[in-house]
Amino acid sequence: MTRATTSGPAIEMQQIVKTFGPVRALDRFDLSVEAGEVHGFLGPNGAGKSTTMRILLGLLRPDSGAATLLGGDPWSQAAELHRRLAYVPGEVNLWPNLTGGEVIDLLGRMRGGLDEARRADLLERFELDPSRKARTYSKGNRQKVALVAGLASRVELYLLDEPTSGLDPLMAAEFQRCVHELKAEGATILLSSHILAEVEALADRVSIIRAGVNVQTGTLADLRHLTRTTVIAETVEAATAIPDLPGVHQPRFSDGRVTFEVDSDHLELAMTRLAELGLRSLQAHPPTLEELFLREYGEEVAT
Amino acid sequence: MRSSGETTDTGLTGTRHLIRLILRRDRIRLPIWILGLTTVIWFSASAVQSVYNTPAKIAAYGATVANSAVGKLFAGIPYDVDTIGGITAYEVTATAGIGAAMMVTFLVVRHTRGEEEAYTAELLRSTVLGRHAAIVATLTVAAGASLVLGALDALALAATGLPWTDTAAHGLALAGVGLSFTAVAVAAAQVTASARGALGLSIAAVLGLFVLRGWGAAVDNWLVWTAPFGWQEGVRPFGETRWWLLAPFVVFTAVMLALASWLAANRDFGAGLLPPRAGRPRATGTLMHPVGLALRQQRGQLLGWAGGVVVLGATFGAFATEVIELVEANPEIGEVLGGADDVVRGYFAYMINFMAVVITGYAISSALRLRHEESAGHAEITLATGISRTRWALSWLCATVIGTLTVLLLMGLSSGAVDVLVTGEPDLFWPLVWASLATAPAVLVLVGVTVLLHGVAPRMVLLAWAPFAFALVYTYLGALLDFPDWAAALSPFWHLPQLPVEDFDATPGLVLLLVTGLAVALGIWGLRRRDLGTG
Repeated sequence: MTRATTSGPAIEMQQIVKTFGPVRALDRFDLSVEAGEVHGFLGPNGAGKSTTMRILLGLLRPDSGAATLLGGDPWSQAAELHRRLAYVPGEVNLWPNLTGGEVIDLLGRMRGGLDEARRADLLERFELDPSRKARTYSKGNRQKVALVAGLASRVELYLLDEPTSGLDPLMAAEFQRCVHELKAEGATILLSSHILAEVEALADRVSIIRAGVNVQTGTLADLRHLTRTTVIAETVEAATAIPDLPGVHQPRFSDGRVTFEVDSDHLELAMTRLAELGLRSLQAHPPTLEELFLREYGEEVAT
Repeated sequence: MRSSGETTDTGLTGTRHLIRLILRRDRIRLPIWILGLTTVIWFSASAVQSVYNTPAKIAAYGATVANSAVGKLFAGIPYDVDTIGGITAYEVTATAGIGAAMMVTFLVVRHTRGEEEAYTAELLRSTVLGRHAAIVATLTVAAGASLVLGALDALALAATGLPWTDTAAHGLALAGVGLSFTAVAVAAAQVTASARGALGLSIAAVLGLFVLRGWGAAVDNWLVWTAPFGWQEGVRPFGETRWWLLAPFVVFTAVMLALASWLAANRDFGAGLLPPRAGRPRATGTLMHPVGLALRQQRGQLLGWAGGVVVLGATFGAFATEVIELVEANPEIGEVLGGADDVVRGYFAYMINFMAVVITGYAISSALRLRHEESAGHAEITLATGISRTRWALSWLCATVIGTLTVLLLMGLSSGAVDVLVTGEPDLFWPLVWASLATAPAVLVLVGVTVLLHGVAPRMVLLAWAPFAFALVYTYLGALLDFPDWAAALSPFWHLPQLPVEDFDATPGLVLLLVTGLAVALGIWGLRRRDLGTG
């Protein structure tokens, strides 16, 4: 198996501008993905994630800026670079008259071959019937075909554009195991998503894109402040002490319930305190990307 | 499936909105069809009347067509051709009828099966729409388009000076043809699971009924009454008008719609009547190559065309003996058939040229698969692999060339073989096969134009149909309309020698192939420079 022979970042995009008529899809966008890392690519729908992927694949040509992919030019060297990468699109459009198995073989061959053992293993793990025509698959099953076709190739770089959309939670968990295995083999993975928790579970580093601009890149520790948990609790005694705890934000009281957000590193203390007050009910959920954007950048985003 | 428990839901909720949506989406396409057909009708009617401007000429026309089996095959029974109105009807009715049938077929399939395939219908059906709204809306628009076309046909013919009541009958019969094939397309859309399948089935029905009517007229039997095209001219608008022959259109439409609704009730949304079978879990060797993929994607269409061409080739091959008999009985007919010394060869030259133009329709739609691959998002996943854009485009082009040459070859083989069977002489077999294949450069140059447009001006790629439409009009009406050479030269077929009458000359074909090559090279150059459209 060959792995990155070139040193330096697997993906480097600098000051990329891409416009579609009056729309600036990418506005001096920067992105750097190191070889061997799982890089989370977060952003709400329409922020420019798919445009970025399509520029990296040489399907779109940037108006200005410089992009390097595996040491080459993604536009002029597209076909040769593609033999070293696999792509799973966010919206999977298969040939309706081919079976899933045929599509997997076809895409594998056109990429330069796929790993038979891994193909069989992935089909079993994703519980995909390869003998059905693509037109009869549900959205989730079409997504599985694209996943198997992409992940069955042993390549240096995987470009995964919202790969779990349409998958049920069990299959999404199976996908996470696959990504861990690929990373253990030394592959580089760019994983776009609008689900914070998914990226949190997988990524070494994260870039956040908003309206075509990279607003933040960092490790998960750097972004720890972003990963707050929202807690809604009903307690026997009034939870008046909660607002004074470290890491607690935006406490609100109504109908005997307290709602607050707490940084992940201070979650344990807050839970202990709540338990001491006598819990009647408790809900906790991580912030959605939309909530996060609302809080961090003070604006509504299209969902 | 939505529940049918609501008492207020007649299954038609939202039909009005859908009609508006269809009209909005077809606000350019539909007027082009209607006005284009009206223009062709008006243009040929005017031309006919300027050519046959004396009683002597009218009498000569009547004498000629009365004995022309070939003419009957295409234009049906020559009614009232001793009048200028009858001659006009004989020249324009079949073209107008085929045009109206094609217009409604494309319209209906696009807004029923095409929508279901594109998932748009799913989106619409989940809003407040009745189960039958989509079909009823499509039906309404297609029926409306047929009536408007009929009205404009009546106006155009009246504008050339023909009597109002007569042209009204002609227009109504044309609208009847439109209505009948609207119903055929609606039924076809229920049978197959894909838009292309539905389109293939509907077009096969149009051509099949056309051939049946032509066959019936040529051999003078009851078959002429089996098709809407037979009733259309049977109305005899410019003679003793038989208004009651408008009734079969209504009955035929009602029967087809009843069939369609029975079929619709017995299928699930998105499925065809025929249940999907399990396919291969692995790709076979031929599919693994991009050319194999391209051929596989158009297999159904290619098979349909191959079958149609074999039948049509055999049909016109069979008529060759009749041409000989006709000329023996009436030497003047030889002049009409191109004036060649060998009447049979002249007849074949005309038919092969005409068929080659029709086959260009297959070639262009096959070349347009590139655009479909791109807009359907298949190009995205293909080009994300090790396939370069050049190789991708050339693979699909290669499939188009293979398909086109196959269809042309089959036309030559079937007409040649049937001619040998009928005459018992093998002389014309190879000349016919060769004459068919020799039209390939003219067909392929329009494929080149399609590739060029797709690469350089993808938004205007449907303009690829314009030179085809011109070539079709030129071939069908060219002799009648007497185009000047510079205009005739716009049809690539004009440049080729008329085989098997004239001697073969390689130069025009080679020049056309050179132009094809340049157009393809330029198209791929453009394709390599532009953004790729994605799903």
